[in-house]
Amino acid sequence: MSELIARRTGAPVSETPRGRLRALGARRRGRSPGQSPWWAMAFIGPTAVGLLVFYLWPTVRTFIISFTKTGPFGGSQFVGLDNYVALFQDPELLGALRNTTVYTLVALIGIPLAIGIAALLNTTGLKGRSAYRTLYFIPVVTMPAAIALVWRMIYNGDYGVLNQALHAVGIQGTSWLTDPHTALIAIAVVGIWAGLGTNIVIFLAGLQGIPDTIMEAADLDGAGPIRKFFSITIPLLSPSIFFVSVISVIGALQVFDLVYMMLGRNNPALRDTETVVYLFYQAGFINNERGYAAAIAFLLLVIILILTVVQFRLQKKWVHYE
Amino acid sequence: MIRSGIGRAAAVIAVAATTAAGLAACSPSSSSSGGSGGDPVTLTYAIWDQNQQPAMQKIADAFHKEHSNVTVKIQLTPNKEYWTKLQTSVSGGSGPDVFWMNGPHIQLYASNGVLAPLDDQKIDAAAYPKSLVDLYTYDGKLYGAPKDFDTIAVWYNKALFDAAGVAYPKVGWTWADMQADAAKLTDKVKGTYGIAASQYGQENYYDSIPQAGGSVISADHKKTGYSSPEALKGIQFWLDFIKAGTSPTAQQMTDTAPEDMFLSGKVAMLQTGSWAAVGYAGNTDIADKVNVAPLPAGPAGNQSVIHGLSNVANAKSAHVDAAKQFAAFASGKEAAQIQADTGTVIPAYQGMQDTWVKSMPKYDLQVYIDALKDAVPYPVSKNTSVWTQYETDILSQVWAGTVDPETGTKQLADKMQAALDSEQKK
Repeated sequence: MSELIARRTGAPVSETPRGRLRALGARRRGRSPGQSPWWAMAFIGPTAVGLLVFYLWPTVRTFIISFTKTGPFGGSQFVGLDNYVALFQDPELLGALRNTTVYTLVALIGIPLAIGIAALLNTTGLKGRSAYRTLYFIPVVTMPAAIALVWRMIYNGDYGVLNQALHAVGIQGTSWLTDPHTALIAIAVVGIWAGLGTNIVIFLAGLQGIPDTIMEAADLDGAGPIRKFFSITIPLLSPSIFFVSVISVIGALQVFDLVYMMLGRNNPALRDTETVVYLFYQAGFINNERGYAAAIAFLLLVIILILTVVQFRLQKKWVHYE
Repeated sequence: MIRSGIGRAAAVIAVAATTAAGLAACSPSSSSSGGSGGDPVTLTYAIWDQNQQPAMQKIADAFHKEHSNVTVKIQLTPNKEYWTKLQTSVSGGSGPDVFWMNGPHIQLYASNGVLAPLDDQKIDAAAYPKSLVDLYTYDGKLYGAPKDFDTIAVWYNKALFDAAGVAYPKVGWTWADMQADAAKLTDKVKGTYGIAASQYGQENYYDSIPQAGGSVISADHKKTGYSSPEALKGIQFWLDFIKAGTSPTAQQMTDTAPEDMFLSGKVAMLQTGSWAAVGYAGNTDIADKVNVAPLPAGPAGNQSVIHGLSNVANAKSAHVDAAKQFAAFASGKEAAQIQADTGTVIPAYQGMQDTWVKSMPKYDLQVYIDALKDAVPYPVSKNTSVWTQYETDILSQVWAGTVDPETGTKQLADKMQAALDSEQKK
């Protein structure tokens, strides 16, 4: 920065080796006025300011609040690590972490499912492809509240469509959303269904980026469709798979809206479904313990951070960039 | 460069600030209106019920007639977001001047100095049910002017009673009568149940616990009542219906709301509040099939819990005097008359209840007014939502049958007492 300012004001840049200076100059010569760094800053600026104000600052604030005891109407008092100590002794945290892990693992089934559907949609000569694509994408543009409402009706133990269908084939269904054994999985299924459209679109784009020449070469070598799928399609799709899995894990760890809207507060299965963010909501907005809630939020941030770093480290082992 | 950028921005802000200050400085003096005199003032009045908005607007207009310099602007927020929004705006200093308050939140707001006491507003405490005045009194000061109230009674489906040949519930009936009727009204083949033993506080166990001779919380709001055998009895009363199969199970009532079961004729009896009457009268499917009876008597009587909203003034309001005046006015006689005429809620102001009873003559709504006599106050403390969270959490296990009622109430008593103790430390 200071170097730039110095050059602008015409001060000599004595320490810079001549060669590098010339190289810089050469690059500058080709620039139109519109390419000055100030322009770049002007374009990045609004987003950067938005990120600072709406993401970075709240994160810092949350971190600070997590070391305080903050009442319902502000007025905080520094308590050191008390919130974290209490958090790690909270039996509910363990349950919430377990529920969140189960939900995340189930939600990841959505990835192979999306790859399969995308591959089917990508087959040459498929009729009505855009109709299917629209159908799969509709849940993505539907209000989550509406999704929750409709699925509650589907899962209803007495009058639900699901149990009626099961009954027709002689299976006695359960009360899906109030049975502690099924509630979390039932919600995860809705989560997968609602997110399928986005993932399919990403995978379709990835599939269409695979050059035909490679496939033709494989055909000449006598590879069948299954072999081609696993030996060519999957490796070449791996950058998309990596991206989707990172985003899916982050999204699944933050699940709240579906749990909140699909289960009532009187739900007997709530204990077996409450997630980390649900715990955060409960601490911050029902129990009015803002400091404690901030500690939960921060713990989740650290967990997400670690899992994401691990995924980025592991990508070297299986993601192929062309 | 950067420095000068900040300088420029600062200059812009400074100019904007002076302009704003200038505007603020000249606006009050620019027009001094007549009427009761004084500078023009605009108050915001936060409410959450859209059904009541027309009545609230009329009250605001009536206030404006008396105090021509004060205009009241109504701010409607759906109940689900009301408290979150209110808490945030009040902490940020931009809260409404006057707003609706309920029982569970009053002590939280009053103890944090958010509300202005209304003692100097010459509110006649005798004009309101005592339980409500007590509910909104904190540390000997009245913080909320009672606006309306609701008590609980039993709604029943006459068609189902007739079909089963059971006499309608009447004044003086008991827990045993209710259990016997529920058994006769249950028809396993048709899938109809005698009663919905909902896991609700206000509509169900906040009533049955006092009826059994117990309490949810002590009168000084410091001790839990769940450790008593009477409280257990009050809870057990509802569980027995589920056990006997005369009520749908907890799972069924989570999947389908008990009120929906009642409205669709799957359940013959439902305990609910006076607020439900307007909806039933307007529902052509059931309007003429249902009626209402008093609560059945347990070992200690047929008490109903009483709850009601109040109007409170924001202590940090820029026009705190006008805000207090309006809070008192919106709960006064004239406002009560306006509310009674619309029939949505029962006004808290004594003597205004007849209008409400007569607004729906086909129902015996007088039972809700008669319930006032023995009504018990709604259980609250400084941080009510903490232990009501425990209530719903633990009792949902008890209702579902995964935790037995003795263990459940014991757990609940311990956790609630710990929460109450930590409130006292704050």
